[in-house]
Amino acid sequence: MSEFSPRIVGFLCNWCSYAGADLAGLSRLEYPTNIRIIRVMCSGRVDPAFIIEAFKEGADGVLVAGCHLPSDCHYIAGNFKANRRVALLKRVLEQFGIDPERLRIEWVSASEGQKFAMVVTKMVEDLKKLGPSPIRPGGGDGV
Amino acid sequence: MNQEAEKPRVGVYICGCGLNIAGVVDVKEVAEYAATLPDVAVARSYVYMCSEPGQALIRNDIHDMKINRVVVGSCSPHMHEPTYRRLVEEEGLNRYIFEMANLREQVSWCHAHHHREATEKAKDLIRMAVAKARLLQPLEKREVEVEARGLVVGGGVAGLRAALDIAERGFQACVVERSPFIGGRATQLNRVILTDQDALDVVGPLIDQAEENRNVTIYTNSELEEVGGYIGNFEASITQKPRYVSPKCTACGKCAEVCPVEVPDQFNIGLTKRKAIYMPYRGAIPPIYAVDDAACTRCGECVKVCEPNAIDLSGKPHDIKVRAGTIIVASGFDPLLPDGLYGFGRYGNVITQFQLERMLSKTYPAGEDVYNPFADESPKNVVFILCAGSRNEERPYCSRICCTVALKNAKLIKETSPESRVSIAYRDVRVFGKRQEEYYEEARRTGIALFRYLSERPPLVEGESPDGRLSVSIDDPTLGREVKISADLVVLAEPMLARADSAELAAKLGISRTADNFFREAHPKLRPLDTPTDGVFLAGVAQGPKDIAESIIQGSGAAARATIPISKGRVEIEPIIAQVDVDLCGGCKICESLCEYGAISVEEDEAGKMRAKVTEAACKGCGVCGAACPTKAITMLHFTNDQVMAQVRAALREEVAR
Repeated sequence: MSEFSPRIVGFLCNWCSYAGADLAGLSRLEYPTNIRIIRVMCSGRVDPAFIIEAFKEGADGVLVAGCHLPSDCHYIAGNFKANRRVALLKRVLEQFGIDPERLRIEWVSASEGQKFAMVVTKMVEDLKKLGPSPIRPGGGDGV
Repeated sequence: MNQEAEKPRVGVYICGCGLNIAGVVDVKEVAEYAATLPDVAVARSYVYMCSEPGQALIRNDIHDMKINRVVVGSCSPHMHEPTYRRLVEEEGLNRYIFEMANLREQVSWCHAHHHREATEKAKDLIRMAVAKARLLQPLEKREVEVEARGLVVGGGVAGLRAALDIAERGFQACVVERSPFIGGRATQLNRVILTDQDALDVVGPLIDQAEENRNVTIYTNSELEEVGGYIGNFEASITQKPRYVSPKCTACGKCAEVCPVEVPDQFNIGLTKRKAIYMPYRGAIPPIYAVDDAACTRCGECVKVCEPNAIDLSGKPHDIKVRAGTIIVASGFDPLLPDGLYGFGRYGNVITQFQLERMLSKTYPAGEDVYNPFADESPKNVVFILCAGSRNEERPYCSRICCTVALKNAKLIKETSPESRVSIAYRDVRVFGKRQEEYYEEARRTGIALFRYLSERPPLVEGESPDGRLSVSIDDPTLGREVKISADLVVLAEPMLARADSAELAAKLGISRTADNFFREAHPKLRPLDTPTDGVFLAGVAQGPKDIAESIIQGSGAAARATIPISKGRVEIEPIIAQVDVDLCGGCKICESLCEYGAISVEEDEAGKMRAKVTEAACKGCGVCGAACPTKAITMLHFTNDQVMAQVRAALREEVAR
């Protein structure tokens, strides 16, 4: 069996984090290929239902990335809302047997290509340690 | 054309970007894969999709193959989304039926050594883009009329230049200035850098022109309280505080002579005192004295001596409403008062550079009780310390102008009093821009001494008494030893700070700030005059430290940007907004409480039910409301739940099936 390769869905805000991911590429910074990025206008757009759907579909991890707290948000305070929702959702996920570590929220500005590459690299490393999502066919945290 | 009713026919176009993408991703394989996806009518790869022949492939397919959804897999949408949106629009489709997959910045450039994985990732991203494209809906263009007036916040050089430019184009400009006098910080300066002209001679004509221009309305002593509306139709609420002195004032100054109240004069950065009724300097504009409301005791002495009967202490603040199509923020800066740094605050003869500007200015008051070492022309021993309070952990930014300003002041002191000894302790001498390097050489030739210091070993300023001689020790790494200078005066080149209330102003205008608290531009390179909020522009130091010339440039630039929608008369706004399905809405008001723009409110409908309603023109399309709506009554156009969910599933499902 080949090495476990986690699948990550990333919700990135258009203004900071998506641009930060672009900068990582522009700077030719290499990071693992595991993430699939979905662009949203604001991290505050990320409905917890999107995240749940990703886990339901077998994602090993979900990343929400937005503009830095407190004041970088293009829409004033969408990042605060995302932060609150993710914090709550982590608790809900835990009750369903999904390690809250699988859901991450990070603040990546448009000038932080390096940080974006590091966030993905670290997340892939951590997910490898955690193993496949319990929801994924063949996965098992014992659920 | 009603694309809605048609079955989706997706065209997928994979760009090689020369070898930028094709060198890593097997673009042919990705195109072949794309052709197998549901509703994909055609999939092609090409070396440069954004080139004329590349665009022609898409144009032809729209006509020949009746493509009604277009997916391009190429660079970041931040690069070419506008290009392709324009293309599909030119071919008669709605621009919002276009979707992009980022195969360059987010695939080939960051996975250059993993060709197989990169190709698989590209396929996934294309599958996700197609999944979204199948569900894309044409969106209606939105247009609003534009009020032919620009509102300028701040009456300093940047704001006045902007207002004049708007006015000279034939539109109305309205300036809101907090202080009772216009001209801003520039009127406090002594001489300007590079030309060494008197600052008032430089900015005086600008102030006069703004004051005299019929298209410019200036509200002094006024605060911007609130801004509602959106591009084209902003409505500003302004409170004008009473001046208590009418234009009948002849500026004779008798009122100030009899006024018994003395307060620190902020125009002189607290170095002197002024009366409660005052004019910061002779010739200030408007040439009308003003009463400092907070300091005045209403004793009435001034009223008694005023010959033209210009003073009335019963004035009340009044509210002004201004409608404006666009807004320019030129609210300026505050100079740092670096308390505790290098003995500032402890020794009276440690001053800031801004205070030095005042002391050297011809409008600085004379008198026995006024501290001014330059009142006589005897030789002085002056040490400048640069980067005093900037380029450190608390304020990592460079204030940009202080090096050149210090050189200017050092040069002026040497020119007036060649016997003076002037030293500059610097970390780096950052002279930049046109003629500044030459200016640096000129200044050096006057015989000033420069000593370098390192940030980890800043100079040490010690004094024997609060006003006595100072000793400055500089550990110069170039000389490899410590230099000890005896000084009559130490001048700290302090940084410019964002205004203390910049967060409040940002909130009023719906704009944001960078880490240094200055206002954030929409893009640091491509849109330096715009803010992320449509119709709000930036000028002057409010956006970041700059000199007078740069502030004027930015004032003119912001005015040019701000008059584009005004001169067109109508402006198109993004149709990516929230929509409410009233049948699903339960009137819970969660959306209303979350919206930062007041764009969604819950109101009673004709049937007496509480329903959310979107003020379309105010909605910025962030989607915060949509994510929170418990009944899913809110649709975020172009980022609908269905569209995002389809992307999520497409991201994961293929691999699950495999």
